[in-house]
Amino acid sequence: MVEKQLIKGSEAIAEAAIRNGCKYFFGYPITPQNEIPEYMAKRLPELGGTFLQGESEIAAIYMVLGASAAGARVMTSSSSPGISLKQGGISYLSGSELPCVIVNIMRGGPGLGAIQGAQPDYWQATRGGGHGDYRLLVLAPATVQEAVDLTFEAFDLADKYRNPVMILGDGVLAQIMEPVTIPEAKAWQENHPWAVGKQHHRERNMICASYPDVEILEKVNQKLHMKYDEIRRSEVRWESFRLEDAKYVLVAYGTAARIAKAAVKTAREKGIKAGLMRPISVWPFPQQPFIDLIPQAKFFLSVELCTGQMIDDVRLATGNARPVYHFGRLGGVLPLPEEIVDRLEQLIKEES
Amino acid sequence: MEPIYTYPKTLIDVPLHYCPGCTHGIIHRLIAEIVDEMDIGKETIGIASVGCSCFNYDYFNFDMVATAHGRAPATATGVKRVHPDCLVFTYQGDGDLASIGTAEIIHAAVRGEKISVIFVNNGIYGMTGGQMAPTSLPGMKASTAPYGRKVESSGYPIKMTEMLALQDGCVYAERTKISSVGSIAKTKKAIRKSFELQSAGKGFSIIEILSTCPTNWGMEPLDSIQWMEQNMEAYYPVGVIKDLEGGGKE
Amino acid sequence: MAYIKIREDRCKGCALCVNACPKKIIKLADYTNKKGYNPAVFTDRDTCTGCGACYAFCPDVCIEVYR
Repeated sequence: MVEKQLIKGSEAIAEAAIRNGCKYFFGYPITPQNEIPEYMAKRLPELGGTFLQGESEIAAIYMVLGASAAGARVMTSSSSPGISLKQGGISYLSGSELPCVIVNIMRGGPGLGAIQGAQPDYWQATRGGGHGDYRLLVLAPATVQEAVDLTFEAFDLADKYRNPVMILGDGVLAQIMEPVTIPEAKAWQENHPWAVGKQHHRERNMICASYPDVEILEKVNQKLHMKYDEIRRSEVRWESFRLEDAKYVLVAYGTAARIAKAAVKTAREKGIKAGLMRPISVWPFPQQPFIDLIPQAKFFLSVELCTGQMIDDVRLATGNARPVYHFGRLGGVLPLPEEIVDRLEQLIKEES
Repeated sequence: MEPIYTYPKTLIDVPLHYCPGCTHGIIHRLIAEIVDEMDIGKETIGIASVGCSCFNYDYFNFDMVATAHGRAPATATGVKRVHPDCLVFTYQGDGDLASIGTAEIIHAAVRGEKISVIFVNNGIYGMTGGQMAPTSLPGMKASTAPYGRKVESSGYPIKMTEMLALQDGCVYAERTKISSVGSIAKTKKAIRKSFELQSAGKGFSIIEILSTCPTNWGMEPLDSIQWMEQNMEAYYPVGVIKDLEGGGKE
Repeated sequence: MAYIKIREDRCKGCALCVNACPKKIIKLADYTNKKGYNPAVFTDRDTCTGCGACYAFCPDVCIEVYR
């Protein structure tokens, strides 16, 4: 029976993963995402799966690589500093075309930063993150329900494209409790023809991201690039809120988008024609919807919990056709909707 | 007349890329022979690491996963947890296992991960061009130790296998060498025992193999074997270091 | 009575087999192979016992032993 339950964001992400066949989890403790590994530690043994706390984030991501190479549905989760440590492995996973789901519950940085939710890892997430010319499919939920739905789907997308998929959340999303519906468990059978394992009925398989012949490596990169193009064509997701007649387009994802949505409502009450464009897939970035908004928009205002990273993508999408401004609070401080409205009103005044 | 020693079935019949006299090829052959003899070629998964042996995925004719420098034990952990019925081994050099991968190897042993570790120790970074390794002997010259390894600044060579043997999860640890027909046979026996222990569901095991690097040591292959026996063996004594299953010596 | 076959194109002339042979009936050729190495060559069918020492030592796995 599918029924609504009140559940914490991080636990909801873990349960959604399990419901879509994730039987292997390798992680390492870091706040504010510890409830994900803790939940997995309790649930996976009940299901005959494996939870393993690695000796480091680095070890954990290479355990993910091994389990993925072996054909399993596998996930890891961490928070900003831990995700930085995983980047080498994520590059290897991408180069080896191995599916997996990586959850980044972002916190304030740089360095150890602070444990409160923030959005300073947008560039890292959307530009690949580690060395080499690769991309992750990056989904940024704004609610616990959306975190459930996107995490569930992330496993199918990872398999479809043989590519790591990142769930880009933040400390707020991981810690809040909301009523959600978690999909019923889907039967999933490990059957990747490329995976390593018993070889009685096939030729041997080889998983690697090492190509000493540069001509071959160029072809590998071209093949990856074609795959990323296909993802760009097929996997763009966004939500528009009150954009029909909007002249002032707020842009925000994740937790920032929830606050921006409240700001749009306040602005509308004041008679300001504001709307919200919320990228759900931050890579691939929803370019076309921005292009479509250019004729009606006076300007774009990128609201981010950092000094402005997604603003680059908004500018790339709009090609400087309209001014693009930024508003953000930093280090884990959340803005009030009124602060965003103040900034909006100030910009409208400056523009006129 | 019958062929009595021939190319192993699970070694792909291609030229090996190693330098003349490099003993990696001998160790590859031993592994392939054991897999053939145990008839487990269809359920063996090798984990290639980084270093001279990183292309061994082109040589072993069974499933292979290539992973990053030092991370083979973690990758092997992921593979083995998904396929507990397969034989999973890592093949790592000393730069890989004893330097960048120390955390991964120790914790694989601590967990008693049911994998076999083939650790080829020649006291130097081969692939990158002869830099000092944590296993380089005091005074030994390397491209990053042009005046020889100074223990005052670079410390002493690390004895990985002794350290791993201390972990309760490690059931078998032996150091062998490639220097004579007899020592090659002993090495084969040790690897076979490690594979058999794994097949029997026992814990972690490691076979350290003292080896040479004629190119980066700047010696003829024969001289390098002599040098290894005269110098490395004194610091890294060969023999069984731990054997929980083989006669209750512990 | 035994003999060995050496795949000269694979041989890198490391001479480990030359040293390993108890009968000293392997030597390095005075010519080079395609790779530019002086390959090992087998010299005496009558003396070879097929002990396999050369096979055991060959790092390029290019020796086969027949007996």
